[in-house]
Amino acid sequence: MTKTELPRWATGFVLPILNLMSALLVAGLVIHLLGESPSESLRILVDSAILDPEGLGYTLFYASTFIFAGLAVSIAMQAGLFNIGAEGQMYVGGLGLTWAVLALDAHLPAILMIPLAMIGAAVFGALWAFIPGYLQAKRGSHVVVTTIMFNFIAASLMNFVIVKYLIPEGQQNPASRVFADSAALPLLNKLLPVFGDTPLNISFVLALLALVIYGVVVWRSSWGYQLRATGLNAHAAHYAGVKISRTIIVTMLVSGALAGLCAVNSVMGSTHYLSLNFPAGAGFVGIAIALMGRQHPVGIFLSSVLFGALIQGGFDLSLEKPNIPQETFIFIQGLIILFCGAMENFYAPAILKLLNATRTNKGI
Amino acid sequence: MQPAVEFRNISKAFGAVQANADVSFAIAKGSIHGVIGENGAGKSTLMSILYGYYNADSGQVLIDGQPQDIRTSQEAIALGIGMVHQHFMLVENMTVLDNVMLGNEGGFKLAAKRGAVEAKLREICDRYRLDVDPLATIHDLSVGAQQRVEILKQIYRSANILILDEPTAVLTAQETASLFEILRLFKEQGKTIILITHKLQEIMEITDEVTVMRAGRVVGAVKTAETSREELANMMVGRPIQSELPRAPYNPGEEVLKVSNLQLLDANGVALLSDIDFTLRAGEVVAIAGVSGNGQSELLEILSGMRLPTAGRVEFNGRALPYEGRTNADGLPAEFRELGIGHVPEDRLRDGVIKDFSVMQNTVFGYQDKVKNRWGLFDYKKIAQRCADLMTAFDVRPNNPDLRIGLLSGGNQQKVVIAREVAAKPKLMLVGQPTRGVDIGTIESIHTQLLRLRDEGVAILLSSVELEEVRALADRIIVMSGGRITGILPIDEFDTTRIGLLMGGMNKH
Repeated sequence: MTKTELPRWATGFVLPILNLMSALLVAGLVIHLLGESPSESLRILVDSAILDPEGLGYTLFYASTFIFAGLAVSIAMQAGLFNIGAEGQMYVGGLGLTWAVLALDAHLPAILMIPLAMIGAAVFGALWAFIPGYLQAKRGSHVVVTTIMFNFIAASLMNFVIVKYLIPEGQQNPASRVFADSAALPLLNKLLPVFGDTPLNISFVLALLALVIYGVVVWRSSWGYQLRATGLNAHAAHYAGVKISRTIIVTMLVSGALAGLCAVNSVMGSTHYLSLNFPAGAGFVGIAIALMGRQHPVGIFLSSVLFGALIQGGFDLSLEKPNIPQETFIFIQGLIILFCGAMENFYAPAILKLLNATRTNKGI
Repeated sequence: MQPAVEFRNISKAFGAVQANADVSFAIAKGSIHGVIGENGAGKSTLMSILYGYYNADSGQVLIDGQPQDIRTSQEAIALGIGMVHQHFMLVENMTVLDNVMLGNEGGFKLAAKRGAVEAKLREICDRYRLDVDPLATIHDLSVGAQQRVEILKQIYRSANILILDEPTAVLTAQETASLFEILRLFKEQGKTIILITHKLQEIMEITDEVTVMRAGRVVGAVKTAETSREELANMMVGRPIQSELPRAPYNPGEEVLKVSNLQLLDANGVALLSDIDFTLRAGEVVAIAGVSGNGQSELLEILSGMRLPTAGRVEFNGRALPYEGRTNADGLPAEFRELGIGHVPEDRLRDGVIKDFSVMQNTVFGYQDKVKNRWGLFDYKKIAQRCADLMTAFDVRPNNPDLRIGLLSGGNQQKVVIAREVAAKPKLMLVGQPTRGVDIGTIESIHTQLLRLRDEGVAILLSSVELEEVRALADRIIVMSGGRITGILPIDEFDTTRIGLLMGGMNKH
């Protein structure tokens, strides 16, 4: 029997892996053109990002941020909203976190300070996403356009706030003061010494928890059902009694809160102060992760680890191979977005043909 | 004489579905040839092969006795084949003239050719009495006139073989009659017409010969003069169909719905519904007859809470429906469902189901808040049980709750929607086009379900463009035209001509 659709194992695993391979193949070609050996570069990449425990620690540290970013973009995508603004929401989330910490870190113990700072990050991120969500729901202003603009506004706003209010007196570096110890996230190497001296901290555990909660809410709850219905067919969702505008606004709030939480790992887990441009593109990586992971918790996790590994491995690669610049990471990231996002179904017809051919050969 | 078109052993498969299997028949030159069959019988596929949209897996098409390999519609047009689609292929905001010239401009400069084309169009219009102004803009034209533009387009491209796909689906009885006049004129001029339809009465009225298709095969080829509607219907379905379904005597109960002075204006202030007044009682079926686009859809949308009226009052079980003080209908359908109003929407795929959800997920669509536990999570055990019960009771095939509903046939999708709405035990059931895109076998089962609901005391308001369906189900008939009710009559006064006139907006005669 000939099939017209690919089975789930093919769309869920085979296609992403093929796409990833293609991206790496092109990357390898470029590395070859740069005069370095692709196979050796891949070995260095894998060694330093996955096999070396300390490198793995860094990989997972980056992945913790990316998981939140991926979730932020994914939940909006489930509702049919393309939130390009995770970067800005993360940035503003960092401001919420920092204000909470600067005001209270001298008075509160870590057990209160950390949750409070996280709430600050989530609330500020959510508020930054609220305006685009509201405009989409009530005025039909496209969320893609507004969130892009809000990224720019966030960048300027943060610039202003940091330079005007947060720089401690007498400092030149555009950053807030260093947080007290009560605002430092507990590191995982206390429990798992194998990770060595890495900033991997409890936000990785929180990220895993968030993945589980995301999965349950989206696929098991009535709200998630309404969310997906809105994303797949807003007409039908209206028929089913879903309050479309409210769903859009609430989804953007949740998406923004998740994006805001990205700031927790990078600010409280490693630098311990708010600096200019600290998101460093993590919000945009979230888009790639959501596309590549197909908004599925397992997919988001795997792609987050992949992107974490690319940063960590790419950094070491550029140290060892002077011909390969550090920006290679951005380049490979771009290739992955190209192959996994834009050309998502590039191999689908071929696989389908192959499947049908094997079926007929077996005489089924 | 050579037949105009001859199909020889045409086969075409789409994946597992054999759309055409060994189809062979000939269409005589200068005749009107009907092709009938249920939805999915393979009529459209066959015509698409003739028109070059699809290529047959095997078999031959002969035009005027010559084997032809028609690979694109351009080749079909070059061979003198024209097709009038069920959904018109017209650019709404362009004139008739521009639509005819579209794709046929004959050079970079339009103005030079315009005059000549216009003259030719006027000549064609005169010769075939098409009554279309070449300079009118499409969206100002009635549906019947738009269809004539499609025909005009084909004639202009010198089509000798004209395929009409369900041409009367959107026409009033009067418009249908005038279309048939035109077709007869074509026949006199020696043109060949292929009429695809599922309306037996039209086949009997206008065709010379009929080919009946079922499940991709030709199951009958007869001269129209030598057959009967009953014989054709039985051939189409493959078994005798019941023409009268059993129903309890008409004994309506209390008034369930009272619509008074309902008005609806669109964003530009154009009236979509004006002065709608009627009542509906428990245990009766009121059917709205009318050509599609005359306000029926809007009326059902308002009554189901999907849309707010501009003015007017609707009482449901003696209490006004809560339209007042709202700026939009967001979430209103949920409130109406809570009150006991079920709704089977006319556009199933747009409103009624989520194509990418499984059948099981679709059985709770609209009732998603009824199946959650105290944590707000779905109780999948309960949902699965409910779904299994519904699928068995309504004979949904295949009986696989995890299948994406988009993969089911239209009839089975409709069964899922009806099952879901019936399961909520509504007091009022709104049904838009109960059997659109549904095959004959399933039509009977859907009609039986609706009549059972009526016998149980549910008030049913349905709208249908099929007069046959209205006749089969209604206790009373509301006829609508131009957003107004042009007549309300009991079923025993059913009269096609009179209803046709009312549908055309002529309520005084």
